[in-house]
Amino acid sequence: MTKLEAKIPQGPLADKWTNYKDHQKLVNPANKRRLDVIVVGTGLAGASAAASLGELGFNVLNFCIQDSPRRAHSIAALGGINAAKNYQNDGDSVYRLFYDTIKGGDYRAREANVYRLAEVSNSIIDQCVAQGVPFAREYGGLLDNRSFGGAQVSRTFYAKGQTGQQLLLGAYSALSRQVEKGSVKLFTRYEMLDLVVIEGRARGIIARNLVTGKIERFAAHAVVIGSGGYGNAFFLSTNAMNSNGSAAMQCYRKGALFANPAFAQIHPTCIPVHGEFQSKLTLMSESLRNDGRIWVPKKLEDAKAIQAGTLKPTAIPEEDRDYYLERRYPAFGNLVPRDVASRAAKERCDAGFGVNNTGLAVYLDFSAAIQRLGLKTVEARYGNLFQMYEKITDENPYETPMMIFPAIHYTMGGLWVDYELQTTVQGCFAIGEANFSDHGANRLGASALMQGLADGYFVLPYTIQNYLSDQIGVPRFSVERPEFEAAEKEIENKISKLMSIKGTRSVDTFHKALGHIMWNNVGMARTKESLEAALKEIQALKKEFWADVFIPGEPNTLNIELEKALRVADFFDIGELMALDGVNRNESCGGHFREEYQTPEGEALRDDEHYAYASCWKFEGEDKTPELVKEPLVYEFVERQQRNYKS
Amino acid sequence: MDKDINIKVRVWRQQGPKAKGHFETYKLENISGGTSFLEMLDILNEQLIREKQEPVVFDNDCREGICGMCSLYINGHPHGPDNLITTCQLHIRHFKDGETITVEPWRSAAFPVVRDLMVDRHAFDKIIQAGGYINVNTGGVPDANAIPISKLDADEAMDAASCIGCGACVAACKNGSAMLFVSAKVSQLALLPQGKIEAKARAKAMVKRMDELGFGNCTNTRACELECPKGVSISNIARLNRSFLGAKLSD
Repeated sequence: MTKLEAKIPQGPLADKWTNYKDHQKLVNPANKRRLDVIVVGTGLAGASAAASLGELGFNVLNFCIQDSPRRAHSIAALGGINAAKNYQNDGDSVYRLFYDTIKGGDYRAREANVYRLAEVSNSIIDQCVAQGVPFAREYGGLLDNRSFGGAQVSRTFYAKGQTGQQLLLGAYSALSRQVEKGSVKLFTRYEMLDLVVIEGRARGIIARNLVTGKIERFAAHAVVIGSGGYGNAFFLSTNAMNSNGSAAMQCYRKGALFANPAFAQIHPTCIPVHGEFQSKLTLMSESLRNDGRIWVPKKLEDAKAIQAGTLKPTAIPEEDRDYYLERRYPAFGNLVPRDVASRAAKERCDAGFGVNNTGLAVYLDFSAAIQRLGLKTVEARYGNLFQMYEKITDENPYETPMMIFPAIHYTMGGLWVDYELQTTVQGCFAIGEANFSDHGANRLGASALMQGLADGYFVLPYTIQNYLSDQIGVPRFSVERPEFEAAEKEIENKISKLMSIKGTRSVDTFHKALGHIMWNNVGMARTKESLEAALKEIQALKKEFWADVFIPGEPNTLNIELEKALRVADFFDIGELMALDGVNRNESCGGHFREEYQTPEGEALRDDEHYAYASCWKFEGEDKTPELVKEPLVYEFVERQQRNYKS
Repeated sequence: MDKDINIKVRVWRQQGPKAKGHFETYKLENISGGTSFLEMLDILNEQLIREKQEPVVFDNDCREGICGMCSLYINGHPHGPDNLITTCQLHIRHFKDGETITVEPWRSAAFPVVRDLMVDRHAFDKIIQAGGYINVNTGGVPDANAIPISKLDADEAMDAASCIGCGACVAACKNGSAMLFVSAKVSQLALLPQGKIEAKARAKAMVKRMDELGFGNCTNTRACELECPKGVSISNIARLNRSFLGAKLSD
């Protein structure tokens, strides 16, 4: 039986992180130079970690699959980043940010981790301003804030509608500075293909140079995974085309536990699906819900007429519109958390009130905001989003309401980590979206950026030293060791197996088929039956993939189809894990909504007596059911309640 | 509603940096106007794979106009005929039924072709590494509101910072100059009090690196500004020139 030790420090909630820092072990500057750290990923978490570790004096090897670290998908985050600065004097505090995050996560996150996140949030804003991140400001010269879902205060800092871009460019500039100094070595267009474990500790990775196709070995004293989430298992998602869960799965197969895979976030405000050939879904920032009002027709006949194209939304009078979020959740209105907003949209569309020719969309209307604030203000706030919408849909959102529909956006689950962000493989750490730690069953808006940078700038640079301090006597490993040899051999076999199938179908056709299974069975509303069906269908599809996929070209050169095939092969396993975890969790919480478990009003019904734990899955071998290991979530400081956004 | 059209795409195929490239023309039928340009290339690739041929290689990632990964010279324009968008935001509704669309990689000495439509833009990273940052370490910085910044400066810095590093400016420039890219970063940081301290040294270091990497000179044709998907203004180039001259004079 595996037992998990979360290593939560002693003491009152507010003192835990300080206590930890006061007593952890450090590495002296001379020894830092002798220690190598591999960081996989250059998003907010990866880039900020690599830069900060480089500044401290470690030798960092930083990998990304794109042509430049600046392309990581953190760049696409639009709306903002939370911090408990209370600059608005509206009652915010570290405790309140902690509480909102715990509650927003439906009480399925670890108290101590979330408190630490809220605690370091303020330093992130300070750091970014010092780096030259051009946050929005008031005329007086001080920083401006806006509101996001799940909060009653304005604590979100933003840089136009491009906050993720600006924060990532801040981290990228810090990283570039270390590259120039020689403390960080960059490996762009490299993809990690395996974790190398020597005597129970992570000691390196195997990576493929995507330009030459060459498989290469890299050794280090510790490996940090910051490779993002696994939402692309759904094929259509708001993730970038190349975002994938493979690095996490490689660690999983080498002994790292995978926690809460079923917790995936469906974002309520995405541009609806428009056709078979569609490659991805575009997110419209949650910030739009500050001023946009969400509605569908009140009358079924109006909805039918809109679906048939014979009625325009602007022709529907005010009294015939159903602002269902304001109706159902008067206290939070259009700013309810994402899981709640997504389910409410689904409920209306299932009942036949959806719009668009598919009936699978709801309106996000700015007419009231334009009347109240004027066109200019609305344009200043959301201009780039409106432009993006118009370019895609060919409709002008200043004149006609936007149409939106939920889409998969973020994965709260990920590699299990302890308080130090270390996985169950010693020396292997996971940061940002790649780990499971802080968002419980649902992430609040503007909290992903916060967590990525918290992990990279302010948590990992401390906690990794506690591990590395007893590694100072360990000499650099040779990549000629048998463990590297074996890992490389295994990869080469896998690649030649894929190449030799020479079947009839492209990788994409399989990925799309997997996406359909996931969306229909493991999506916004799940049942025991749908999840079990998904498990069967995924297994059958996986078999077909390994018998009928066709990859053109050669493996030992640039080969985009081979890259995709390796990722999709892992998405099958991720899909299975998600479904398996969903079947196990006989309750509804956050993004995991099991139709069997809901209140009479249709809200998520948790079962704290039986499921107040993180479900962690341990790899037992290919095609074997993984072992379920539970980390009980003990709440010492907050009382668990039914989430209430009504009053 | 968007209509379906038939098109021909004339695509640049090149096996590697040193290989000789050539155009191949492919026919595509019943492409809906709502299809994005890159989705059209996905459809083409699906077709090629079905015929057991190698797909066309092109860079892409976020597909929402922000990562800067996608490139493509389409009918003679970086990111195609529409304004203020990247290739991934371009839609087939901008083309006519029966049209032949020519697709090429960025063409610039500083951006060698990797394969087909994919180019190597490492030179941009190297320019940033030369000094496109403020020298601060993590931690130990003042409170974010300690130094007020005028909203006008902050907004202008934001406009300059919206550069996505795609390289369209270099591709559009007959001289292959990276001045818009460099000046956007120099301006963003020079406009903020935090970045002002090192402004001169930064301008000098970045321009020097740019010159070393084989980018051409700026002759004020404004092609970069016209083709920039984020509308970064050439007034940034004027600001860079002022800082650069100032730095040289104080040498």
